[in-house]
Amino acid sequence: MTNEELKLKITTLLPEAVFEEGGEWLNVNVNATAWPALATQLLHEPELYFNYLFCLTCIDWKTHLTMVYHLDSTQYRHNLVIKIKLDTNKPEIETVSNLWRTAEFHEREVYEMFGVNFLNHPDLRLLILPEGWEGKNPLRKDFDDPVNMIRL
Amino acid sequence: MFEEIGTTAEGDLQINVGPQHPATHGVLHLVLTLNGETIKKVEPHLGYIHRSIEKMCESLTYRQFSYVTSRMDYLSSHINNNACALIVEKGLQVDVPERAKVIRVIIDELTRIASHELWWGAMAMDLGAFTPFFHAFRERETINEIMEETCGARLTMNYIVPGGLMMDIHPNFQKKVKSFIQLFRSKFDEYNELVTGNIIFQNRMKGVGVLSPEDAISYGCTGPAARGSGVKCDIRKLYPYEIYDKVQFDEVLETGCDSFARYMVRLKEMLESIKIIEQLIDNIPEGEFQAKTKAVLKLPKGEFYQRVETARGELGVYIVSEGGTTPYRIKYRSPGFSNLSALDHMARGSKLGDLIAMMGTLDLVIPDIDR
Amino acid sequence: MLSFSQIASDVDQWLHKVCSPTWALVFEMVIIGVSVIGLFAVLGLVLVLMERRVAAWMQIRLGPNRVGPQGLLQSLADTLKLLVKEGMTPGGSDKFLFNLAPFIAMIAAMLLMAPIAFASNFQIWNINIGVLYVSAVSSLSVIGILMAGWASNNKYSLMGAMRSGAQIVSYELSAGLSILTIVVLSGNLGLNDIVLSQKDGWWIFKGHIPAIIAFIIFMIAVTAETNRAPFDLAEAESELTAGFHTEYSGMKFALFFLAEYINVFIVCAIGATLFLGGWMPFHIGNLEGFNHVMDYIPSSIWFFGKTFFLIFLIMWFRWTFPRLRIDQLLNLEWKYLLPISMFNIILVTVVAIMKWYF
Repeated sequence: MTNEELKLKITTLLPEAVFEEGGEWLNVNVNATAWPALATQLLHEPELYFNYLFCLTCIDWKTHLTMVYHLDSTQYRHNLVIKIKLDTNKPEIETVSNLWRTAEFHEREVYEMFGVNFLNHPDLRLLILPEGWEGKNPLRKDFDDPVNMIRL
Repeated sequence: MFEEIGTTAEGDLQINVGPQHPATHGVLHLVLTLNGETIKKVEPHLGYIHRSIEKMCESLTYRQFSYVTSRMDYLSSHINNNACALIVEKGLQVDVPERAKVIRVIIDELTRIASHELWWGAMAMDLGAFTPFFHAFRERETINEIMEETCGARLTMNYIVPGGLMMDIHPNFQKKVKSFIQLFRSKFDEYNELVTGNIIFQNRMKGVGVLSPEDAISYGCTGPAARGSGVKCDIRKLYPYEIYDKVQFDEVLETGCDSFARYMVRLKEMLESIKIIEQLIDNIPEGEFQAKTKAVLKLPKGEFYQRVETARGELGVYIVSEGGTTPYRIKYRSPGFSNLSALDHMARGSKLGDLIAMMGTLDLVIPDIDR
Repeated sequence: MLSFSQIASDVDQWLHKVCSPTWALVFEMVIIGVSVIGLFAVLGLVLVLMERRVAAWMQIRLGPNRVGPQGLLQSLADTLKLLVKEGMTPGGSDKFLFNLAPFIAMIAAMLLMAPIAFASNFQIWNINIGVLYVSAVSSLSVIGILMAGWASNNKYSLMGAMRSGAQIVSYELSAGLSILTIVVLSGNLGLNDIVLSQKDGWWIFKGHIPAIIAFIIFMIAVTAETNRAPFDLAEAESELTAGFHTEYSGMKFALFFLAEYINVFIVCAIGATLFLGGWMPFHIGNLEGFNHVMDYIPSSIWFFGKTFFLIFLIMWFRWTFPRLRIDQLLNLEWKYLLPISMFNIILVTVVAIMKWYF
């Protein structure tokens, strides 16, 4: 499906979705509460069939966090980017690891790097950082480590 | 960090594989739950060489940040650099000269062969055969010499700059690459005789580490790990970059879904890479090797994503730019990280020795996983 | 002619001349003990160097070539290094068993030296049940390995030891059965008698197909019994780091290392004795002239030549084959080798009764 068709389809699924264009792929801004239902539809809707989550990450905008999901379909080869705004102080979002298993590791990474709490994640623990780093989120913009961080 | 591990409540043995272990090819730490020799659970503990390259890149300019990525997946460092150059060129809308594109592709493919050669040797070593390692290094050495002559480095090349190449190729380049192709073709049958046809080797590989196509996609596996399950995922074919849409090559697909299929994919991929190089080596167009770019690069405000096919799978570079000289946020979607996440699923119920074979066929490079 | 048997009898006569028979016996025992330990050390050094050279040759590199002429002193230098290294005992280990294990492995290997006929009339102990003795004592080495694995208080060691236990106990059967084929053919249990029975040709040629089958099975089984690749699951470097000797260092590790090489030497010596005629020169039936020419080559050279040929075979296996998995290893033994050897025993019995061998 082209971006236009995707846009129409997603509008029928989720009328309040806000689209962003100009980039390579169609960007959709979604609410955190609407995300679990939309994710299931994106995967299971036969016309969409976004079965490959190739990137899952988070951006710290200082005022808020944005979760970014890059989706691809191995059948139709159309791509979609989902963006979800989260509150900096209490970032919480439903996990998608039950839909795309790759999300399990990626969400653990985002959890330790940004402190995003993934609800119903099967095993939300530190993955890369050693013990004692809970609550310290190195990829947030306000993180500071005067000893180990090298500034240029 | 080093919590006591012993036996589980069910009486299963827990064992640390790594961070220092001959088969993890680096500092990967797996905690295994074993019932006798049978694996019940594999739990990766990462981060032993985590350098937070993503954070580091936030304070590096667009000319500097690609050099850090050489240290990510050091076996396909040139392809990583290529991804970084491509994303900057995409943002700045620079037209790269044809000559630079062709040379980039040739070196990409040489890197891929070198990486697969090392994998082939290391994989045989994991299975207990030491000799193939040296045979693989004989050919790999030739590639390294070509690289050294071209850009002065053997492993972390840093040959690419946004807009083209750092310098032109060495006058001997074409001659040496051609002689390498000849050498490789003459030695390739040896690989099959020494390892592929061996009955012990086939018994160790076939039916081991089965990963169904659905699971491969769901776990985000890419590269040979997914192509062994018959999933079409070669970025060079699906989303061509550089001049991959102009060269003839086949995407190698196997349907065995097991370790042997992944093994065969990599072996055949080396031949495909040779095919690409053969098409290009005599047709390097004359002209500039670098486009004119400004001294200070500033990407426009926005988001950019570039996918490339490294030797291990799909590498994604995601840049969020605020219009400054450094990226606001950069994310590397590394192939090894996703491939590793499928290991637990693949390994459950198989023997300890099989785990090593599986790790071998996933071709894990630890800095690529940890970043 | 100067030969080993000549030297041995000269020493014996001289000792009996200068002292009483009891003391002569004591002195002879001391001499034998010292020579066996000396032979051990020399064999260890030579075999380690040989292994490294063979490996290097197969791996298109040079191997040790810096220490001494042609790198001949390399293993001596390595031994020196191991001697001065600190022998560490891990915390929580069973210290007594931990320290005892390498010696058990070593002593088991040493005991096997006794019935081997190194040259004509040159044998430490011409025991009339040599074959039984060999198969009984060779299974002792598993005790040393199990002990090491258990006492180390290390899971890798334990797993290696358990693998090794399962492996050695299984492959003992095939090795024993293939030895039995030669016992059936020659009608003797003493190793020297078996050698003498090959006067008109080695059993591998005389014994038709059953002897060849037995030889192949014997080579596979002893490779497994000595824990060498492709059956090196007990140490399986890429899986269990170093298996049962993970925690050993310094001289204690060297003893295990040495015991492995001595075991290789011994099983190859036994293979050479049973199938390739031991010290017996290459004889063809009743071709007197040819046999006579062959007799000019000293018997010890025949023995060591054959043994080292078999050792080379085992090294060749090691540097070309990948390792088997534990279940495949046991399948190979119990589903293939054991039934074949049993069938082979019946076959060889028929051959022996009908006198179909030469």
